[in-house]
Amino acid sequence: MEFLSYLISGLNLGSVYAIIALGYTMVYGIAKMLNFAHGDVIMVGGFISYYALDAVFKKSGLPFWFSAIIAVVLAMIVCTVLGVLIEGLAYRPLRAAPSLAVLITAIGVSYFLQNSALLICGAQFKTYQSIISGTLNLFGGGLSIPYVSMLTVVVCIVIMVGLTLFTSKTKMGKAMRACSEDKGAAQLMGINVNKTISTTFAIGSALAAIAGVLLCSSFPILKPTTGSMPGIKAFTAAVFGGIGSIPGAFLGGLLLGIIESFAKAYISTQLANTIVFAVLIIVLLVRPAGLLGKYVPEKV
Amino acid sequence: MSKKLKKLSGAPKRDYFSYLLVTAAFILITALNGGGLLSKQMQGLLVPVCCYIIMALSLNLTVGIMGELSLGHAGFMSLGAFSGVVVSQSLITAVPNDALRLVISIAVGAVVAAFAGFLIGLPVLRLRGDYLAIVTLAFGEIIMDVINCLIVGHDANGLHVIFNFRGDKTVADLDLAEGGVAIIKGAQGAVGTKTISTFTAGFIIILITLFIVLNFIRSRTGRAVIAIRDNRIAAESVGVDVMKYKMIAFVISTTLAGMAGALYGLNFSMISADKFNFNTSILVLVFVVLGGLGNMLGSIIAATVLYILPEALRGLQDYRMLIYAIVLILVMLATNNPKVRNLFLRIIPKRKSAEGGTAK
Amino acid sequence: MREFEKGKMVPMPSTALIPERDLGKMPVLECIHVGIEFGGLKAVEDFNFTIGKTEIAGLIGPNGAGKTTVFNMLTRVYNPTHGTIMIDGQDTTGKSTVQLSKMGVARTFQNIRLFTDMTVEDNVRVGLHNQMKYSTASGILRLPSFWKKEKQSHEKAMELLSIFDMQDMAGTKAGSLPYGAQRRLEIVRALATEPKLLLLDEPAAGMNPNETGELMENIVKIRDTFGIAVLLIEHDMKLVMGICEGICVLNFGKIIAKGTAEEIQRNPEVNKAYLGNNGMEE
Repeated sequence: MEFLSYLISGLNLGSVYAIIALGYTMVYGIAKMLNFAHGDVIMVGGFISYYALDAVFKKSGLPFWFSAIIAVVLAMIVCTVLGVLIEGLAYRPLRAAPSLAVLITAIGVSYFLQNSALLICGAQFKTYQSIISGTLNLFGGGLSIPYVSMLTVVVCIVIMVGLTLFTSKTKMGKAMRACSEDKGAAQLMGINVNKTISTTFAIGSALAAIAGVLLCSSFPILKPTTGSMPGIKAFTAAVFGGIGSIPGAFLGGLLLGIIESFAKAYISTQLANTIVFAVLIIVLLVRPAGLLGKYVPEKV
Repeated sequence: MSKKLKKLSGAPKRDYFSYLLVTAAFILITALNGGGLLSKQMQGLLVPVCCYIIMALSLNLTVGIMGELSLGHAGFMSLGAFSGVVVSQSLITAVPNDALRLVISIAVGAVVAAFAGFLIGLPVLRLRGDYLAIVTLAFGEIIMDVINCLIVGHDANGLHVIFNFRGDKTVADLDLAEGGVAIIKGAQGAVGTKTISTFTAGFIIILITLFIVLNFIRSRTGRAVIAIRDNRIAAESVGVDVMKYKMIAFVISTTLAGMAGALYGLNFSMISADKFNFNTSILVLVFVVLGGLGNMLGSIIAATVLYILPEALRGLQDYRMLIYAIVLILVMLATNNPKVRNLFLRIIPKRKSAEGGTAK
Repeated sequence: MREFEKGKMVPMPSTALIPERDLGKMPVLECIHVGIEFGGLKAVEDFNFTIGKTEIAGLIGPNGAGKTTVFNMLTRVYNPTHGTIMIDGQDTTGKSTVQLSKMGVARTFQNIRLFTDMTVEDNVRVGLHNQMKYSTASGILRLPSFWKKEKQSHEKAMELLSIFDMQDMAGTKAGSLPYGAQRRLEIVRALATEPKLLLLDEPAAGMNPNETGELMENIVKIRDTFGIAVLLIEHDMKLVMGICEGICVLNFGKIIAKGTAEEIQRNPEVNKAYLGNNGMEE
């Protein structure tokens, strides 16, 4: 029983990581950059939905579930616009620049978002109201599963399947894959590279908004640095699964969440991150391109 | 003949200029301080600035010269800091002379960080590019977590160490004899440290670091490392052992970070492992990139200016980090995008000459 | 001699045509049934080839025939899946690229691989890496061995650069050199490792006829001065036919002919598979 409940909380956490990692992996695959601001977009999604839910539910008298949907949609819209703006203003001018310059810019954007949030929302953390409350009790109360965990896992699976279909079936999805392989060649084939990259950032940021809502629903403390650690963990998950690979990000996220949950429960709360990172290191030593990544040796 | 030898050593004038500038700055600041012209706040910044300069030089060796992105460099600083503090606090009675104890502590901090650099380098340096970066990040976090679990004390019987990974131990479990002191108290970090770091010590270590890094770059080993950065496959084809030379550069880099850490740790009576988190690694990386990859003088200047800048902006309170972020983004855009650069030059024509001078 | 006894398609060469041939002694390179597969695809198959100690040999064939793959196997960038490669009588199985360099195999690359941010002189000095040794510590502390070896390596680098009259460019960044000079610098860097066998991957690519002519003279000069063997991949038939004493033709990973320039030109198989039926270029 205990084992099952740890597994469920691991799946819950892992699904949040997976959703963030899916966005991360798409952006990395196409822009080949470590977007350290991705985690902060999650935080923005959390704050937008927090204020929206508060305002809509209290002032309009609409039912809670409907207010929650409005809040989530609003968060997605704001984050999508934010993501496209960040890409257009900060990253696009640096497309020809060395990757380190882009990395530092991403760090600058991350600081910018965090400190803007600090100024607007204050340093005091907010207690997030979960968009879905209650638990499902099984085995006469021996095992209780929060509805939010179930929702998170379901949403994660839907997103994974949706993205897989999107990248393999649609024209835009194929354009994304082409750009991630070779931007120059894609451009020669008539693909609008800038538009494709913008779209990728839009999707990645919308996913970050969803992740923000689900993350804060499960772990209700919201502050300007809320997104940093999950962002890093999700990136770890993406690398773990094989960066650039959608099923890899999904698998990596889930595994990471489960490992973290079990490590906290059975080994040590203090060393949970250490264990997660140690597993990552071991995986990369055995499979240098991650679990599902393809290792492409340099051509001589 | 001497001119020819100078040419042979490959040291451009900028190398000598770096030594000169650091020395001049030291003399100037010492004079200002002696004249009572430095505020208390500024005085407090002197040693940390030295530490971050050393960190920037150290990281520039890894990122600029070796060409590998390290996102966990603060971890090595942390190892240096805590091992330095433990040694210094343990030797208070045995070595009453502060300066001598500082030297010993820094040496131990360097050795510990070097050893850790070697162990971590073994797996890390086999990886490439962003995979390597993410693993250095992972090791940085691991080092932080592990130090957070340490409880260390010292008494007449020697060192007592507990690895508090379940979070249920306290200082009382150290069983210290009468007169013993706790040096590291788990997540609280090192407390009650006797601060023995001095600005002069910082200056000397900067000079040593510069000497090591600059001479390294212009030696056979340094050339091999740069060759690997420029073209790994070609370097292998002329018989350069990639793993070996990357390891040498990395260990030197972590050794220097350990020295910086020991100096830093012994500058504060309290310090916790969280101080050396991912953000600190990033902070140093920003110094290195803005100062110019492989440009040691640039690292020194960038570390000094960027470390003091947020402190100087304290008057702006909450806005200072926001301004810092915006400046960071604008500088990256201006230095890497010709269009943005031209825009800047048009808006601020006066700075044209200044930017032209520092662009290289 | 043994090389051409093995080759079935071509008759024994007349040694009178190629006076410098010395295959009778221990060969510097001996490939025995060498082959490599990439995921089931046989890139090179049953490659048998031998080069004498001071021979200039050519490896030709259409694009994608596997010529560069052979070079990559000779320098152990790729490990052959079949067969044995012997360098100067020593088996290279299990050796690394670095060890192969120490055993005396040096190469240039089809897509030039210089240390672009380093000066011309420093590029050559990296080539001298295993020739002019001193420890990292003496480098940092500037001990006497540093000064001595740096002086020697400077002189040696200049001497090597003088082969191509490149001393004046010693201080230039390698990346800013014109194309032809970059190719020449790669050769100098390879020579700095004191090889027994020099592998040149399309040394004349992108050069005009004058430059190619000079290069031909220089390759022969290098062989004569250093007494080493040269194996080159080249599409310029004038160069190959002009200086190569033994030629090996590769098509779809297999050797279709071996012999002297004249024999190769007369070989109907080669004409059909590689040159088309119209005969030689030019």
